[in-house]
Amino acid sequence: MPYIPHTDEDVKAMLDTIGVNSIDDLFDEIPKDILAKNFDIPEGISEMEMMRLMSERAAADSNVSCFIGAGAYEHHIPAAVWDVVSRGEFLTAYTPYQAEASQGTLQVIYEYQTNMANLTAMDVSNASLYDGGSGMAEAALMAIRANKKSKSRKVLVPRTISPLYRDTAHNIVTNQNIELVDVNFDSEGGNTTLENLKQYEGEDFAALIIAQPNFFGVLEDVNELTDWAHANGMLVIAVVNPISLALLTPPGEWGESGADIAIGEGQPLGVPLSSGGPYFGFICCKQKIVRQMPGRIIGRTVDMEGKEGFTLTLQAREQHIRRSKATSNICTNQGLVMTASTIYVALLGADGLSLVAEACHENTNQLSVLLTSLEGVETAFNRPVFHEQVLRLPVSSESVLEKLAEARIQGGIDLSTYYPELENCVLFCATETKTNDDLVAYQQALASVLAS
Amino acid sequence: MLIYEKSQAGRRSISQAPITSTTNTKVSDIPEGLLRKKKAALAEVSEMQVVRHYTNLSRRNFSIDTQFYPLGSCTMKYNPRGAHKSAMLPGFLGRHPLAPESQSQGFLACMYDLQEILKEVTGMKGVSLTPMAGAQGEFAGVAMIRAYHDAREDFERTEILIPSAAHGTNPATAVMCGYKVREIPVDKNGDVDLAALKEAVGPETAGLMMTNPSTCGVFERSIKEIASTVHEAGGLLYYDGANLNAILGKVCPGDMGFDVMHMNLHKTFATPHGGGGPGAGPVGVGERLLPYMPTPIVGKESVDGKDVYRWLDEKDIPQTIGRLSTYMGNAGVLLRAYYYARLLGREGMHRVAEYSTLNANYMMKRCENAGFELAYPGRRATHEFIITLSSQAKNLGVNAMDFAKRLLDYGYHAPTTYFPLLVPECWLIEPTETESPDELDGFVEAMIQIQKESEENAEMVKGAPYNQTVRRLDDVKAARELDLKWSPAQES
Amino acid sequence: MSEIRPELKYLVSHEWLRVESDGTAFVGISDHAQEAMGDLVFVETPEVGSTVTAGEEAGVVESVKAASDIYAPVSGEVVAINEELEETPEAVNNDPYGDGWMFQIKLSDPAELESLELLSAEDYVAKVEEEDQ
Ligand SMILES: Cc1ncc(COP(=O)(O)O)c(C=O)c1O
Repeated sequence: MPYIPHTDEDVKAMLDTIGVNSIDDLFDEIPKDILAKNFDIPEGISEMEMMRLMSERAAADSNVSCFIGAGAYEHHIPAAVWDVVSRGEFLTAYTPYQAEASQGTLQVIYEYQTNMANLTAMDVSNASLYDGGSGMAEAALMAIRANKKSKSRKVLVPRTISPLYRDTAHNIVTNQNIELVDVNFDSEGGNTTLENLKQYEGEDFAALIIAQPNFFGVLEDVNELTDWAHANGMLVIAVVNPISLALLTPPGEWGESGADIAIGEGQPLGVPLSSGGPYFGFICCKQKIVRQMPGRIIGRTVDMEGKEGFTLTLQAREQHIRRSKATSNICTNQGLVMTASTIYVALLGADGLSLVAEACHENTNQLSVLLTSLEGVETAFNRPVFHEQVLRLPVSSESVLEKLAEARIQGGIDLSTYYPELENCVLFCATETKTNDDLVAYQQALASVLAS
Repeated sequence: MLIYEKSQAGRRSISQAPITSTTNTKVSDIPEGLLRKKKAALAEVSEMQVVRHYTNLSRRNFSIDTQFYPLGSCTMKYNPRGAHKSAMLPGFLGRHPLAPESQSQGFLACMYDLQEILKEVTGMKGVSLTPMAGAQGEFAGVAMIRAYHDAREDFERTEILIPSAAHGTNPATAVMCGYKVREIPVDKNGDVDLAALKEAVGPETAGLMMTNPSTCGVFERSIKEIASTVHEAGGLLYYDGANLNAILGKVCPGDMGFDVMHMNLHKTFATPHGGGGPGAGPVGVGERLLPYMPTPIVGKESVDGKDVYRWLDEKDIPQTIGRLSTYMGNAGVLLRAYYYARLLGREGMHRVAEYSTLNANYMMKRCENAGFELAYPGRRATHEFIITLSSQAKNLGVNAMDFAKRLLDYGYHAPTTYFPLLVPECWLIEPTETESPDELDGFVEAMIQIQKESEENAEMVKGAPYNQTVRRLDDVKAARELDLKWSPAQES
Repeated sequence: MSEIRPELKYLVSHEWLRVESDGTAFVGISDHAQEAMGDLVFVETPEVGSTVTAGEEAGVVESVKAASDIYAPVSGEVVAINEELEETPEAVNNDPYGDGWMFQIKLSDPAELESLELLSAEDYVAKVEEEDQ
């Protein structure tokens, strides 16, 4: 039996100690009529057979050149990251409830909190949430608790924020009668302007969410948006890409007084695309609202001999203590993936992250130039971008993407699925993993698709 | 020492530079006001320093790979290396979550198979894999209960009933779903107080959340009466699958009358816990909740005699509670669980409950024989059991926490302490089926030793641990003088 | 045995109340309560100027392993809070009836004192003894 070490003699001796005749006797408190029948599932197989099946299936999905972004990005992951993370001591430990037996994990989290707080220029970070989309829901709930001046259960959410995030957040907060109110965007810039916000002036909202870069890759005027929100009594929730923060103004420095909460998808920091997870959501905030933070937080302290050590702290916010009044129901988080990001950030450093961010930016701009040189292809918006761009094609983007896929190029996503007004529009991304040859291959493939 | 304290300005892991970065003046199209002014305070270290630093940190952890780790309610069983390895195959790691279905058939096939296996072993009618941990599974489940009542225009149901022994995520989830929580007491045998339950149910009852076996480590014998009580009042029954390991292969939650449940794959299906996560908390539903399952779900069609897999979304499940994650949840964890499920197969699946129950009852008996007090004497252990150290606390001044800390010195991770809250000075012990009796014996021997030490030298035990990397930590200082990150200013 | 001051009124939820001659009252938690909680690490008081209602939550005390709501013993407007507690929550442990006071309420309806179920020191002693068993 896989993974069960007992010999027949073991079982017999154990049953004797317990004083029963068979293992079945141990289930004698369970009503007979609910005992399970035989399962209709395949017989067990060996590791060798299973590895073969998994290898075949994995191979079926590989050998593609991926230019899809939309919140999950292909980056180079240093070999050391997952090698070290896969050590059993990280991989197979539980949540660090026994601090003295978990100093490794605890210190990693403290370093992670430092990385995220310093990247975002915020005061504090937690130990991770599930992912970016659910993180945005937690941030909205947190803002409603933290904004003591507002009585509102509404949050302003520009449509330039990922529709997947908006959908996720809506599905989570709607049960508490919280409303996420859409804000339209400027059709030329692809950004949220003060003009778009004007109609909400003077109305009570708990917060405004601002994404930088936004879902279209476009850079928002975060400083004026932040100041507008604060002037209107709202908190500011920043949604940011951690790699971009090597280049772009961190949320803690937006406008006059900075964003109040910063969240995002941690995946770009050393986490493989792997079909959407496990990734991790990060959330940082200003010190004065830290007690409204969801999830675990680690603090540095000393032991009884005065030696430095790390432990879970501010636990009274959490479900295991506060139960129905907890700041969130989150318990298991994304610890291992957060560990990977901590190692990734240490390997890259601020300078390395800048190089990656610049290379992504450059490759995306380069690819835009190549693609828009084709007849009838143009960029949909006229503002600068970070590492994604929206293209408007002369024909249906859905069919173009399908044909590109046949050439094993995943050319981006069809934006019209999420934005009916963006007909024939494709959102693509070119990260540092792409070479000039890769970019040219995309251009040539698109040229032949459009010509056909 | 923190990684930042090993940092030297200008040092870098040069090998990690991207190919295209020949110059770094290419961001001239971004307005000055949107650019970062001061670079982030991060470590500047070499690749070897990084590897050494984190390898050394890993050695300051207890883990399943290095120690017996009998944390009750957490199911710390062996995490097969093969599962990890197969989930880390490049084809799986490289697949973008929004990749076209035509280039995702391998992955989708795994997810579809997993859905089917989970459905079968839980006795549910539908499974959605998307929740990212147990707590999110609970959220999905309770949100479906709400959607069900709303669809029937039954808006009076405002309460979720929860036994007082329940895990904290249960009440926290109910509130996140907009419900009020009403606690149901648990009697001295660890069973839900049926009379109190009957009094509590009514037209405002949306549902009951419970786990069986309960967090008291005993099987809820009146489960069918509980189910009918709640159903007759018009409520639905939620099964917290954190304790599924106790019954996997023996009893299906669907057959106990549960309408909806989650599974903690990072417990029952052996995926690694990673020092806090990630997990996966798929939900299973009975007939009534099928229309509300969270998206996405994987569907299968036959095209020209070939199986073709595709995502099902709002168009297929119009009443769905929708997506709860940006993409599809913790795919990599699901792949590991799939691996485990296929290795166990039909027969192996039945063995999980059997051997985890055998191990727990054996350990319980040995503890009892050694003089430790059981919280529920006379009852069978399930996959876990509780001892109470309140007489040690009272007579020797050595409490459950002291005992736990001393156990670390013996090389065993402590069981869950002080949960469930209703048993004083408790230890919730869950050995799991993957431990051999030798390991269980060693643990009980250590307990006997600590008991002896407590009688002879209580002060020594209260000062434990001694041979970990740190002694007992000052939690009060940690909470009063918050130090949540390193900052460069601390250096000077 | 913890200290119970004879001149104060108590709630079953372990708050104490000291009514002043000026129509205000001070609120804190009892010595017994602070002992049961252990070292406090945070006290959340209501905001000055806010109104509280007898029997409803007005604040929270937190230790490392527990959190407990503080209920307002009487209704009225919060006229002062103990700002020192933000930095030194341990004052509640060290001096629960003195430096550890939490907030001061201006009673909106002094007659309420008669109708509410406030415990005398004697009744509170009995209640604590009962709990200890
Ligand atoms: C009984 C019980 N319910 C629910 C949960 C929550 O599960 P998760 O941590 O996966 O969110 C846990 C685990 O911690 C548990 O033990």
